[in-house]
Amino acid sequence: MTNFLVIFVALPLFAAFALPVMARFLKRGFDMLSAVVTGILSLCALCIIFNPPAFPLVYSMGSWQAPFGITWLLDSLSAFMLLVVNGITFFVSVYSINYMEQYTGKWKYYCLFMLMLAGLNGVVLSADIFNLYVFLEITAISSYALIAFGTGAEEVEASFKYMVLGSVASAFILIGIGFLYAKTSTLNMFDMANVLSATGASSKPLLFVSSLFIVGFGLKSALVPFHAWLPDAHPSAPAPISAMLSGLVIKTIGIYALVRIVFNVFGINFVTSQLLLALGGISMFVGVILAIGQWDFKRLLAYHSISQIGYVVCGIALGTPLGVAGGIFHLLNHSIFKSLLFLNAGSVEYATGTRDLKKLGNLQEVMPHTSWTSLAASLSIAGIPPFCGFWSKLVIIIALFQADRPFYASLAILVGIITLGSFLKIQKYVFYRKVKEKFSKIKEAPALMCLSMAGLAVLCFAVGIFFKPFFGKVIMPAAEILIAGKEYFITILGG
Amino acid sequence: MDIVLFLTGFYALLMKRNLIKKVIGFGIMEYAVNLFLILVGYRSSGEAPILDNKASDMLFVDPLPQALILTSIVIGLGVTALMVGLCIRIYQHYGTFDIAEIRRLRG
Repeated sequence: MTNFLVIFVALPLFAAFALPVMARFLKRGFDMLSAVVTGILSLCALCIIFNPPAFPLVYSMGSWQAPFGITWLLDSLSAFMLLVVNGITFFVSVYSINYMEQYTGKWKYYCLFMLMLAGLNGVVLSADIFNLYVFLEITAISSYALIAFGTGAEEVEASFKYMVLGSVASAFILIGIGFLYAKTSTLNMFDMANVLSATGASSKPLLFVSSLFIVGFGLKSALVPFHAWLPDAHPSAPAPISAMLSGLVIKTIGIYALVRIVFNVFGINFVTSQLLLALGGISMFVGVILAIGQWDFKRLLAYHSISQIGYVVCGIALGTPLGVAGGIFHLLNHSIFKSLLFLNAGSVEYATGTRDLKKLGNLQEVMPHTSWTSLAASLSIAGIPPFCGFWSKLVIIIALFQADRPFYASLAILVGIITLGSFLKIQKYVFYRKVKEKFSKIKEAPALMCLSMAGLAVLCFAVGIFFKPFFGKVIMPAAEILIAGKEYFITILGG
Repeated sequence: MDIVLFLTGFYALLMKRNLIKKVIGFGIMEYAVNLFLILVGYRSSGEAPILDNKASDMLFVDPLPQALILTSIVIGLGVTALMVGLCIRIYQHYGTFDIAEIRRLRG
């Protein structure tokens, strides 16, 4: 019964290695494979969400049972993350079909892309801490390679920078895993939660391990003191990869992995929660302040990613039901609208050859589809009702007030206002500003690119409109997993 | 001692200006982490973990970390290879390995 979980990793892995073979025999058409694979996977994820099996589902690899073998876990949180990851990847891979025409060696791109998807799905499903590390490295290594895909001077420089900091992060995570293993003599997350709560109150070693993980995963998810690589790495990648990195990678291998360990294995405590809240607040503020002065379209978006990740962390770190739900909801919304914005930036660059805001202008006449989809995404990120970003920010801000943290709440409101200003600037300079008729000859982006952008824009709107049933049916069950803390994992081991 | 090894690698990875020295620093750091994992599984006067009939009360070293570092070494190899490949590309573009001169992206 639980065997179907395997396809989320096996299918992309199969596709990754089938693609080079296909590319050898077929001149065209192999680029459809990744869209087909991600389409199938996102349909599976949708089925899981709307027709949920009896959660939690535990898959034991090779039938080795829970404390000994590698186990995978499907519950409402990981099902939600699967939907986010595979859904966004589907739109991005549809977009890639046209966009990647400008590059050579397309099959290498798709191969790495599928490996990255396999890694992301693996991180989401894994309930074995070393297995999680391995999938995390698969994702990280393929993203290093994909950032450098253009092999221009800036791409390789950004990729090297990311790689140095990414490998530091991996080393910290691995040391943390080593300490945890030394303490608990197990790698299985359920068993680890069990042993940790049985050995009791010695919270100082646990705090040390938590801080190792916070540094490691904080580097991966670009929280503010650790953010230096992101504004270089994300803009340098090809546009679909920027969308993947900002929309999914920093969340899955950063935020999701961190909160899964901190909440469900360690159990959130006061110090960790304070630390995460402070990191989130700083990220929120510094990211948006640094974004103000940017004139490079994608670089500006990259700084906003840092700021929005701050919102997510702030919400989740509160540990109250509303806060966690708001954080998770914002994670979904951010992955929709930020991927869309990066895809917009990509199609503007595809059509005009530049992403310097000062050189662009008046594109809404020649590129109507890019323009309206970008408007939807900008309104979402700026938090204008009824778009999706408004609701999640509202929930986070209410949760911050409820938890008696008026400082962070007002910070969140302030950052929201600056974000609105910043995106008005993008809209004005790229799409609505009247300039000399320099761009009259350019054409709208190709059909598939428009199609995928339109799909994401409709999602921005639809999630906002159907906020209430969606929030109750999908977000709240996922949030309850985190709130249940380590007792949840202990019950899985027992039952 | 292991932490000294780790910090040496960490220092070289972050502070050295030469890209190749950074890669070497990464290698040292990787080895320190692997050594740490091995030491986690070490029991003093432990035997190799081979179960046979005559010895049931022997003290074994923990075999699991040894299995883990095999994976970790392979990952480290992949990352190092990719890093060196990127260094070659960077040299082709900039004509130098000095990180201070490779600054086309503004902070």
